[in-house]
Amino acid sequence: MNSLSKPIEKQHPERSAMTAPAERAGDGMAAAWMLAKREWVRFFRQRNRVTAAVVQPLLFWVLFGTGLSGAFQSAGELDFLKFFLPGTLALIVLFTAIFSTISVIEDRREGFMQAVLVAPVGRWPVLVGKVMGGAAIAWVQALFFLALVLLIGTAAPGWSLIPLLGLLALVAVAMCALGMIVAWPMESTQGFHAIMMLGLMPMWLLSGTFFPIPALGADASVGQWILGAMMRANPLSYSMVELRRLLFPQIDFSASGFSPSSPVCWAITVIATVLALMLAWRLMSGSRKVDVIV
Amino acid sequence: MTESDQPHCDTVCTVRELHHDYGDNAALRGVDFDVLAGQIFALLGPNGSGKTTLFRLLCTLLPIQRGEVRIGGFESGTQPLHVREQIGIVFQSPSLDKKLTVDENIACQGALYGIHGGELQRRRDALLEQLDLTDRRHDRCEVLSGGLKRRVELAKGMLHRPRLLLLDEPSTGLDPAARLNLWTAIRAMADDGIAVLLTTHLLEEADKADRVAIMSQGKLIADGSPHELRSEMGGGIITIVANDVVRAEQMLRDQLGLSPQRLHHQLRLQAESPATLVPALIETLGEEAQSINIGRPSLEDVFIAKTGQAFVA
Repeated sequence: MNSLSKPIEKQHPERSAMTAPAERAGDGMAAAWMLAKREWVRFFRQRNRVTAAVVQPLLFWVLFGTGLSGAFQSAGELDFLKFFLPGTLALIVLFTAIFSTISVIEDRREGFMQAVLVAPVGRWPVLVGKVMGGAAIAWVQALFFLALVLLIGTAAPGWSLIPLLGLLALVAVAMCALGMIVAWPMESTQGFHAIMMLGLMPMWLLSGTFFPIPALGADASVGQWILGAMMRANPLSYSMVELRRLLFPQIDFSASGFSPSSPVCWAITVIATVLALMLAWRLMSGSRKVDVIV
Repeated sequence: MTESDQPHCDTVCTVRELHHDYGDNAALRGVDFDVLAGQIFALLGPNGSGKTTLFRLLCTLLPIQRGEVRIGGFESGTQPLHVREQIGIVFQSPSLDKKLTVDENIACQGALYGIHGGELQRRRDALLEQLDLTDRRHDRCEVLSGGLKRRVELAKGMLHRPRLLLLDEPSTGLDPAARLNLWTAIRAMADDGIAVLLTTHLLEEADKADRVAIMSQGKLIADGSPHELRSEMGGGIITIVANDVVRAEQMLRDQLGLSPQRLHHQLRLQAESPATLVPALIETLGEEAQSINIGRPSLEDVFIAKTGQAFVA
């Protein structure tokens, strides 16, 4: 193969010494953008992921929604199909965020991450790229499902659709950041699955998605107190309350158990998102031990 | 070890007194070397010799605990981001995204190093052409052969025009033809003034380098051109397989005043002119010797002579 010995362009070693990498935040943004774009390309090149992401929540919603509608009574004027709608949206976002961030583990095992970690841009583009890329996929998927639901006429949010989209985006970012917190120190995807079943799924279940958050009145049992307290401590519960409100603006939820005000819900969602991002950032910039798992 | 004592003006990479511990285990115990521009420098060592640790330290994947690494004038311990601009890395496990095409993979690399637009196009076209990858540029990396993948890695590592190219076991998993291609490419880059440092556990690969440093148990035990290292061993190596090695060794020591090195069931001797020594050996050992072989010294002999152990890759 003679072509291998063709002359190369002359090297310019002085080029790299001139600009300080720390000053070039633009390069970091470009790198983050590229990593986010890569998430998209990879997602659409894996057909089964696309199918699973759309069909699974739909299946969940229809099966649980219709199956449990007879056994379900207490959420204001909502039947279970409607009650479960915000939960399904959260599930779509959660699942997609999990599958996007789980790829960090694969990236590391397959070696792609090594090249990213030794690049002069530093760590933050990895976090921003992964979270933004994953969140965008999750958000669009939730939108797709939402469009389907609006078409059927299960919900008619009207103008509240705009804050609804904003809230979904925020939740998507929070979920991806959470996914990164779990995935970054992991050596294997098995470990991630364990955390997912023990931590992330209960978090979803205990946010008023699947059953209403019990009211803590005088007649509440000890079990209801514990459950109610846990669900109130879960930031996702607040996002779900607001999501439900925005999906069904016609219905007054103030009388139906747990319903903090909109500003409280938004504030807690924003704070939780920021905290999750900060924690992910701390984790990624800290330990160097996980870098060399190859 | 003549030129390594004084840092040269073309020195791209300088390593001084480098130590690294994993808990109580010392992986590196004081390593010193220099890599010059245009030089292919091979770190040869069996598994567990510390070369992977050294490679990771050079890549800035591990923090420097003790000692100094300077690459392109920047210190690795305090200016890792600057150092990263100076180095191009080809990892042993591929760093390609299999779902992306060759072009997309290189564009990814470009984004990480702040190279985009027309500049990216130009450099990518030139590198793909140079590495004979142009007709595969739209293929996804999952369909490429091992040799092609390694060349795409090389293109990625070279995209930002590093001064030092680091390759970890570059020949692993490649067939002989692909190895040859890779070496032609690496040599072309060195000829262009890039310093190349590679790790290897293959003796024949190290033989192709301009300079070889042999590692064992976290230390460099020899450093020089393959020719220099072999010359230290004299004109040849005599290997004797004996019935009773201990007895044979004693006979050689007592009767001929030689000091052979014992390795398993073999005795090894370095000699300026081995052929003239053989008759005396036959006469002394008689029936005790099963076979006596003469060979030109290889890097393996250097390793054995310095460590007293076999080179088990």
